[in-house]
Amino acid sequence: MTEPSLSQQEFIERERYHRNKVRICRIMLLVLLLALWELCASLHMIDAFIFSSPRRIGSCFIKMAADGSIFLHVGVTLWETLVSFFLVVTVGVAAAVALWASRSLSEILEPYLVMLNSLPKSALAPLLIVWLGNNMRTIIVAAVSVAVFGSILTLHTGFMQTDPDKIRLIQSLGGTKKDILLKVLIPSSVPLIISNMKVNVGLCLVGVIIGEFLSAKAGLGYLIIYASQVFTCEYPLTGKTMD
Amino acid sequence: MKSKLEVEHLCYSYHTLEGETKALSDISFDVRDGEFYAIVGPSGCGKSTLLSLLCGLIEPEEGKIRIDGVERRDSHAAIGYMLQRDHLFEWRTIFNNVTLGLEIQKRLDEKAKEELRAMLKTYGLSQFQESKPAQLSGGMRQRAALIRTLALKPDILLLDEPFSALDYQTRLEVCDDISTIIRTQKKTALLITHDLSEAISVADRILILSSRPARVKHVLEIHFDKEYDRPLSRRNAPEFSAYFNELWKELKTHD
Repeated sequence: MTEPSLSQQEFIERERYHRNKVRICRIMLLVLLLALWELCASLHMIDAFIFSSPRRIGSCFIKMAADGSIFLHVGVTLWETLVSFFLVVTVGVAAAVALWASRSLSEILEPYLVMLNSLPKSALAPLLIVWLGNNMRTIIVAAVSVAVFGSILTLHTGFMQTDPDKIRLIQSLGGTKKDILLKVLIPSSVPLIISNMKVNVGLCLVGVIIGEFLSAKAGLGYLIIYASQVFTCEYPLTGKTMD
Repeated sequence: MKSKLEVEHLCYSYHTLEGETKALSDISFDVRDGEFYAIVGPSGCGKSTLLSLLCGLIEPEEGKIRIDGVERRDSHAAIGYMLQRDHLFEWRTIFNNVTLGLEIQKRLDEKAKEELRAMLKTYGLSQFQESKPAQLSGGMRQRAALIRTLALKPDILLLDEPFSALDYQTRLEVCDDISTIIRTQKKTALLITHDLSEAISVADRILILSSRPARVKHVLEIHFDKEYDRPLSRRNAPEFSAYFNELWKELKTHD
């Protein structure tokens, strides 16, 4: 390989400088904010009992890490999020495919989906406890309900935008609806499905925390609600940090 | 020479709640075995509808389509359809793109794969077998799309403006390239285009359609001497501009 030209080297140098600047400023900003918080708390400009302080959160975290309780709560939340995420993706893709396959079905169900999607799911959570009991199932159902309807709508819209000429191509080669699904629709929708999954992971976590607020014996949401009831503000903030 | 494809009194309309749009009105023509037949007409006149009907993607409202004397619905003849753009799937390699048709019809075995590899080699694509379509030039992509169509061994090839998405220079080359391949394979081909010089440079006969609803205006026989047998050389033939003017006049006249 030949040596890159001078202008290329200069360009690389400038680019590297720019990246380092961004990285350092990012970290500095975080440190600055934490320091400011700590300073305000120790100078009694804000009430450390209500607002806590980075130092208190740190020591609280270390204490909880020492007795292992934080790992239990994080683990429970993580597990619930993963299960509900898996359910959202499978149900979302399956339902979107079904809606794509049948024009009648999609037109019949569309207003219901829009309505279910706009329903505030946190309002639904208390009902879920009554229906399903005070357990993990409730939390997972709550999390799924937060993400699944939006996911179905997004995927269905994406599926309907599949290039009609590509569908014609499959038909002209003698393919059936199943061939269109497997050879065009699913492969061409992979980027859409992935970006949808990214959104869903966040929504599932939101749903799990909402669920844990209301019915749980462990988990970060439980920790947050428990702590705010006993007025130890380090707990919820530690919980938030773990999020 | 016997007819490969016969079309009789074909009519077709598109329906929406707002009303009915007549696309084809009483179209009749026949294509001989091994003939290169071109159809020209103003844009939006229903040319693509005609191909969809011939291909069986939609059913005619009136009229008949016969292949080798048998109704299209009962015929076992294979029809290859080439669309305006190549529509190679970006997520498949070139080889897996050309096998698509056989894969769908569950006829992809080792022998067929061998034949396809030989075909890719003949048409200069063998070193791109494992490449993704994005790595190929427009002309090579169109050639891959032709191999995908030929893989099903079609009796009749339908070409729906297959060169219109290419830039002018590539277009001339690919047109020359593809029509030569089709002629050496002795396929019956039906080309739809709005490019008059393209039609003259490849076709044996040209059917002229009126604007919507499409009717048959005229059928023009094209004859060139042996020395002008390739599309690119036809463009240099003395008769070329005469044919062009005749075609132009036919398209222009309103009746």
